[in-house]
Amino acid sequence: MSTQGCLAANDWICGEYLRSRSQELIDATVQHVWITAVSVVIGLLVAFPLALLARSRPTFAGPVLGLTTLLYTIPSLAMFSLLLPLFGLSAGLVITGLVLYSLTILVRNIIAGLESVPEEAREAARGMGYGPGRLLWEVELPLALPALMAGLRIATVSTVALTTVGSIVGRGGLGNLIEDALPSFFKAQVLTASVLCVLLAVVADLLLLGVQRLLTPWTRIRPARTSRRKAAPTGPAGAVKAVG
Amino acid sequence: MGVLGEAFGWLTTGANWSGDSGVWRRLEEHIFVSGVALALACAIALPIALYLGHIGKGGALAINISNVGRAVPVFAVLALFMVSPLRNSGSVPTIIALVLFAVPPLLTNAYVGMREVDSAVVEAARGMGMSGRQLFVRVELPLAYPLIMTGLRSASVQVVATATIAAMVGQGGLGRIITAGFNTYNTPQVVAGALLVALLALLVEGVLVALDRVIDPAPSLAARPSRTTV
Repeated sequence: MSTQGCLAANDWICGEYLRSRSQELIDATVQHVWITAVSVVIGLLVAFPLALLARSRPTFAGPVLGLTTLLYTIPSLAMFSLLLPLFGLSAGLVITGLVLYSLTILVRNIIAGLESVPEEAREAARGMGYGPGRLLWEVELPLALPALMAGLRIATVSTVALTTVGSIVGRGGLGNLIEDALPSFFKAQVLTASVLCVLLAVVADLLLLGVQRLLTPWTRIRPARTSRRKAAPTGPAGAVKAVG
Repeated sequence: MGVLGEAFGWLTTGANWSGDSGVWRRLEEHIFVSGVALALACAIALPIALYLGHIGKGGALAINISNVGRAVPVFAVLALFMVSPLRNSGSVPTIIALVLFAVPPLLTNAYVGMREVDSAVVEAARGMGMSGRQLFVRVELPLAYPLIMTGLRSASVQVVATATIAAMVGQGGLGRIITAGFNTYNTPQVVAGALLVALLALLVEGVLVALDRVIDPAPSLAARPSRTTV
C-alpha cells in the first residue's frame, strides 16, 4: 500500500519511483557519464601540451596559468551561457565549458608532477642515451603520475558535479531530472538524481584511484611516510594524519 | 559576432537596468545573499579551522570536507532545498547553500595554513615564553595569513558562482537575467547576463587580490603562489 502511495504522497524516498522510471534514470546517468568522460579526456589532451609548453618556455607559463585560473573564476552558468552563440543548445556547449574548467586543475597538477621529477633521474636517463621524447614518456611521465592522477581525480569529481548545470541547455544528465522535477516539487526525483550524482563522483574517484595503483606499483613498496614531511612532530600535539 | 553586438545593445538599454527584474535589482539580490553567506561562512569556518590548526588536531576533517564539497553538485543542493519546506522562506535556501559551499575552502586553507607554520618558529616563540594565545596571535596567524586569504578568495568565487546557479531553481540574483533569457529564447540577453556575472566574479577576485596586497602583514610572503590542495 505504501509503495503505491509514495508517488502520490510525494515522499522523499520512493521505491515505486525507482521501478517505474528506471529507464529514465538509466538514460540520464548514461548521458551524465559520457558527457563527464568526454570532457575529462579532452581536458587531459588539451592540458598536457599546455603544461609541456609552459614548462619548456617559461615565458608561456605565466599566461597559461593566468588564463586557466581566470577561466576558473567565471561561474559555470555564465560560462555555459557565453558559449551559447557558438554552440547552440548542444552537448558540445556543456563539454566545452567543462573542458575549460578542468584545464585549471589539470595544467597545474601536470606541471607540479613534472617538476617533482628528480633531476638525477633525468640526468641518468640522458646519460643512458634517452632522447627528449623517450625521456618524457618513459621517465618523467611515470614519475609525474601521482600528481597527475591526483589532479585528474579532482577534475573528474568536479566535472561530475558541474555537469548538472548543463541542464540549462537540456544536456545535464542527472541535472535534467532535477530540473524537470522542480516545477512539481517532485521530491523523490530530486533526491534520487542528487544521490546518484554523488555516487557517480565517488565511483569515478575510486576507479581512478584503482587505475593509479595499477599504473604506479612502485609507490606501494615505498614506505608510506615519504609523503609526510610537513606535519613534523612539533609541540605536544599529535601529528596530523594524511594532509594532502 | 552579431550576438555580442546585440548583447551590448541589451546592456546599454536603460530599461533593462531598472524595475523589479532589472539588472540593479538582481545585482542587489546577488550581492546581498553573497555577502551574508560569506560572512556566515567565515564566522563558522575560520574559528574552527584556526582552533584545530592551533591545537593540531582534526586534519582528516579539514581535508575531507573539501573533497565532499567538490563531489556534491551545487544545483542538486539548491534543488533539494527548493522542494523542501525551506522554499517558502525567501532567500534562506540560497544563503544556506552558499554557506555550505563556502565553508570547505575556508576551512581547509586556514587549517593547512596553520599547520604549515614552520615548527622551528613555533618552538622559538615558545622558548621566548609566549603563551598559547600570544603564539596564536603574533606568530601563527600572521604566518598562516596568505593561505587564509587564498581560502577567502576561493570561497568568494564559489559563493558568487553558486548565487548564480540559484537562479536555476527560481531564486534571485544576476543568474535570473540568464535564465529569463533562456526561457524567452533571447540569446543576446543570455550573453549579456553571462557577461555581467563573469564581470562580477572577476571584480570580486580582483578586489580581494588588491585587498590582500594592502593588508598583508608580511608582504615578502605575498609572492607565494596561490595553491590548490592536491
